[in-house]
Amino acid sequence: MTMRELYDRTKALFPLGELIEQRSGGNNDLVFVTVPAAHLRATILHLRDKEGFSHLVLLTAVDWLEEGQFQLTYLLNNRQQAYDLGLRVMISRDSATMESIHDVWPTAATYQRELREMFGIDFPGSPRIEEEFILEGWNDIPPYRRDFDTLKYAQEKFSERPGRKTHDPETHMRQQLYPDMSPTGK
Amino acid sequence: MKPELMKRMVKGPDGVEFEVEPLRDYFCEVPPTVMPAAYIKIVEDLFNWARAESIWILGFGTGCGAIEMRPLMTPRFDAYRYGVQWRPTPRQANLFIISGYLSTKTLKRAIRAYEQMQNPKYVIGLGSCTINGGMYWDSYNTIKRLDDYLPVDLYIAGCMPRPEALLAGFMDLKKIIRAGKGEGANQYAENFAWYKENQKRVIHDWDMPDYNW
Ligand code: SF4
Repeated sequence: MTMRELYDRTKALFPLGELIEQRSGGNNDLVFVTVPAAHLRATILHLRDKEGFSHLVLLTAVDWLEEGQFQLTYLLNNRQQAYDLGLRVMISRDSATMESIHDVWPTAATYQRELREMFGIDFPGSPRIEEEFILEGWNDIPPYRRDFDTLKYAQEKFSERPGRKTHDPETHMRQQLYPDMSPTGK
Repeated sequence: MKPELMKRMVKGPDGVEFEVEPLRDYFCEVPPTVMPAAYIKIVEDLFNWARAESIWILGFGTGCGAIEMRPLMTPRFDAYRYGVQWRPTPRQANLFIISGYLSTKTLKRAIRAYEQMQNPKYVIGLGSCTINGGMYWDSYNTIKRLDDYLPVDLYIAGCMPRPEALLAGFMDLKKIIRAGKGEGANQYAENFAWYKENQKRVIHDWDMPDYNW
């Protein structure tokens, strides 16, 4: 059974986006599809119970700041067939909330706590979601959001030792390795 | 503040209720004091010689640099031949090596561990992260200057420094101690308010007593 067949079968049941094959050629064992947020739970339950995707590999987020969206990626693994399927869910960036799937895979609760702390995505009902995960006493916007300015934050919060020099890596290495070349590399 | 640190009523196994205030009851509130030198120089020199020859390190690795301490414990570099060894608890150690980047969360534990060590005690900053932030200079979560928070006796530069550099560092520390200049603990006691101010500026959820002895 190939991923294409799996996709066709699942698409007949759920409104999936188009299939993105990540490893073309030989073993085509990693694909991604987009799922509307409202259909995510039904889709993963179907994949878990009917298609043998027994394992949640990871749950992570991407901040599409310009589009005003977060992309959640649920990577599922089928151990028997040795392939992975990533489900992508786009949710709105402001008041970002997503349904929790900790009852489907308990490991999801840990990922959801992390996402809530680092991206500010809420998963109502997920265990211990309100608790701090790895940061302690954080008092700014969630640090993995792309509009969080980590350099500015670090400069304001931590004192610097004078005398630190910064080099542009490209020009610096060019001068080190090819001192005869002009600075622009021509 | 964590609930277990708050003042509360507790019922003992014998049914008696009593009040517990963890920050007061479980910790000593007295700030650290300066430890005077021995009454005569020759005795102090003898003490310093003994201190220099028994550097016991707290086995607490904070960053990547911690990995460089492992080869030192094994026969290839074998730091034990210099009287250097690693101890599992702060109470038995007199040298704290901050081995690389220190996140604000770890800083809190590092302060607690440092304060629990017995006088006289020394701190080595290992790697460029402890000196000026190193490659984590723009990180939201790691400190950039260790000496703002703990009294540092010696820095070992590099990213990461090799075990040989650490051995050279131990030799330098011995010279510092024998010259009577390893006064970190006294410096900490003298400038206690300044250190606390710096520490509290970066640790936002201060949920421990000011001095964790
Ligand atoms: S100085 Fe380099 S090796 Fe050491 S903790 Fe920092 S990044 Fe890691």
